[in-house]
Amino acid sequence: MTKQIHLAAHFPGVNNTTVWSDPASLSQIEFSSFTHLAHTAERGKFDFLFLAEGLRLREHAGKIYDLDVVGRPDTFTVLAGLAAVTEHLGLAGTINSTFNEPYEVARQFASLDHLSGGRAAWNVVTSWDAFTGENFRRGGFLPENQRYDRAQLFLRTARELFDSWQGHEIVADKESGTFLTDPRAGAFEHRDAHFDIAGRFNVPRSPQGRPVIFQAGDSDAGREFAASAADAIFTGHATLEAGKHFYADVKGRLARHGRSRDELLVFPATTVVLGDTEAQAHERAAHIRHQQVSGQTAIRFLEQLWNTDLSDLDPDGPLPDFDPVIGTDTITKGRASARRNRDPIATARQWRELAEAKQLSVRELIIEVTARQSFIGTAAHVADAMNRFVQEDAGDGFILVPHLTPGGLDEFVDTVVPLLQERGVYRPEYPGATLRENLGLPPLENPRRSKKTAS
Amino acid sequence: MTSRPKLHLAVALDGAGWHPAAWRDEAARAAELFTAGYWVDVVREAERGLLDLVTIEDSLGPQSTRTDQVRGRLDAGLIAARVAPRTAHIGLAPSAVVTHTEPFHISKAIASLDFISAGRAGWQPQVSGRRSEAAHFGRRDIDPAELFDEAADYVEVVRRLWDSWEDDAEIRDVATGRFIDRDKLHYIDFAGKWFHVKGPSITPRPPQGQPLVAALATDAAALRFAARAADIVFTTAHDAERARITTDRIRAEALAVGREHDIPRILGDLVVFLGEHAADRKARLDELDGTEYTPDAPVFAGTAAELADRLLNQAAGLAGFRLRPGVIPHDLTAITRELVPELQRRGAFRAAYEAGTLRARFGLHRPVSRYATNAGGHL
Repeated sequence: MTKQIHLAAHFPGVNNTTVWSDPASLSQIEFSSFTHLAHTAERGKFDFLFLAEGLRLREHAGKIYDLDVVGRPDTFTVLAGLAAVTEHLGLAGTINSTFNEPYEVARQFASLDHLSGGRAAWNVVTSWDAFTGENFRRGGFLPENQRYDRAQLFLRTARELFDSWQGHEIVADKESGTFLTDPRAGAFEHRDAHFDIAGRFNVPRSPQGRPVIFQAGDSDAGREFAASAADAIFTGHATLEAGKHFYADVKGRLARHGRSRDELLVFPATTVVLGDTEAQAHERAAHIRHQQVSGQTAIRFLEQLWNTDLSDLDPDGPLPDFDPVIGTDTITKGRASARRNRDPIATARQWRELAEAKQLSVRELIIEVTARQSFIGTAAHVADAMNRFVQEDAGDGFILVPHLTPGGLDEFVDTVVPLLQERGVYRPEYPGATLRENLGLPPLENPRRSKKTAS
Repeated sequence: MTSRPKLHLAVALDGAGWHPAAWRDEAARAAELFTAGYWVDVVREAERGLLDLVTIEDSLGPQSTRTDQVRGRLDAGLIAARVAPRTAHIGLAPSAVVTHTEPFHISKAIASLDFISAGRAGWQPQVSGRRSEAAHFGRRDIDPAELFDEAADYVEVVRRLWDSWEDDAEIRDVATGRFIDRDKLHYIDFAGKWFHVKGPSITPRPPQGQPLVAALATDAAALRFAARAADIVFTTAHDAERARITTDRIRAEALAVGREHDIPRILGDLVVFLGEHAADRKARLDELDGTEYTPDAPVFAGTAAELADRLLNQAAGLAGFRLRPGVIPHDLTAITRELVPELQRRGAFRAAYEAGTLRARFGLHRPVSRYATNAGGHL
């Protein structure tokens, strides 16, 4: 059977992806930019628009990092605003499970789902570091090894809150004076190692029952968490082989949680560079990469691995001939990639070998090792490559990350989407009213209601 | 003709209206309280009346335990954000409970509302001493006597976060490769009894610099908090004499904490039932509810012309009024379509929206970031 492709748009917030020096790069904070990308995505029948989160500005060598786009709005506020200027587009936001409380987050998502007519989605992420904690009441209270525990329990608690209303309690019958039929609507009680709460949830059941749940995270614990509790998983595995491997792994984990393979969608993040010819597209791609990684940016990236000041290094020259400094403190703070390299000395050796083999300068090496999977070529080529990727089970669709804000997906929507539609692998219209329906996810059971109707 | 000083008029929105039985009025859209369409229509109606702003009530627990009263409410901040792109002029001031939330989150939420609405955002910080709401957060160490002191620190943290980016921090300097000038971003390093917040905000400084902070002064503790922390204060005095005493106290408190350059604007709070048979209508609702509705603010029942008389008689010392419609839409449309034209005829209300932010509408200056190197006072 021909699989249908799902598409989503990422609004790049704080990042080193956006080529902000390009005259076409407009504001990352004005609402008009969000509206533009949302309208483009909706014109392309995308499932959702996705916003990332950051709760502390990045620092490098003890100073606020100043080379990248920085300054982002509050996720919930912007998504609620976008609900006013779109009709079908899903509104997905990353919200941290560490520096928030379940009652408040559940309330905000249930409200967003009501206010958008069933289009809310929550990307559950975890955090733990004291660096981010310095902006919050409790500080950095969570040991790293507990962060998935808290995330899992946070999500479970939030689900109990969403399910505390069944959906039929409010009748608002003016004649009899019955506003709601069940005085216990919203009642909950939850006690575990992280949360000890009880009372009444004060948002009635929302159109989707709960937001669609996304999860990102590549560790074993992260994958298991997604397989047990998420509707979709975000991944960076966007090459065909890595994608297939990841896809098989996470889909294979579902059965042991009593879930079927169609209950978890896999969304790799990817970029697209188009051209009138293949050669032109590749030329454009190289140019974009070059703009994304300036000499200074390359040095900062290298410092992240070497964990020491390399500001005297020539970005157009060779890599340092000494090994990275191993220390408990990292030179870069507030950046997920800073924690990814568990063995910097081995990575540095690989980078040196790569640089020597390909005759790469520091900047060229960083351009190579930080590259994301991209679909590069003519619109027809990209449409075919993306389709192949999905048909061969390397993903169920893509989150597209533009390098320009906010017009970076205009060309894709105008040229590639019609080709996917012609090939019969992409919808010409939205099939449903809610995000859950558009994603083709099976309908939700409300645990409390199903118990009741069974009796 | 002598021109009167123009009144400021706000409307406080809560569910189907402020009377607990408001939802049972035949005009009430009781089944739509949890839809975006309802809120958009209501706020657009207020905007049609050229009102200064709407406030939107909120709480972190159910309003009622009764099944014959409205139960449940959507997050007020998200309602305001949902309504913002569908309106153009009216100020939007959602309530948010500060007792259980994080100043870092609220600071960026209200700043973002200010971006979405192009300078129309306000915020009403609210405390909650209810044990039932504390139990929703597992927080056990609430001392009711300290709630307003905590709230004052909260507002201070939020305002500092708004100031933590100078207005021109984003430079996009291609020559040096810098997107921001980090010397124009500032750690707030707030350290107090309840909060330690490092900063800076993740959200740039919003259009108004500092969105408008509003507070309701019902008792002595709330009044002190409002006088210290708010730009707009709602008072609930029942007659002109008591209103004058209250406004004098607010001014004295504000001066005592060094606010001589930004004395809060004070609005009288009033619950209103309007029309020829307003008193009967309220009595009928009281009967339906089984008890007489006696809110914390004075109740007015009468015609729009009578209300105009009362507002103009009581206006001394006040910048204007915040009206709480007993029943939406009945009393809201009476405000926008009867009271406002009446006040306009008497030269006491604007004939059109003027350009500018919500702060500017109240004659409040746009603050310079306290961290700006050359910050030396007021614009």
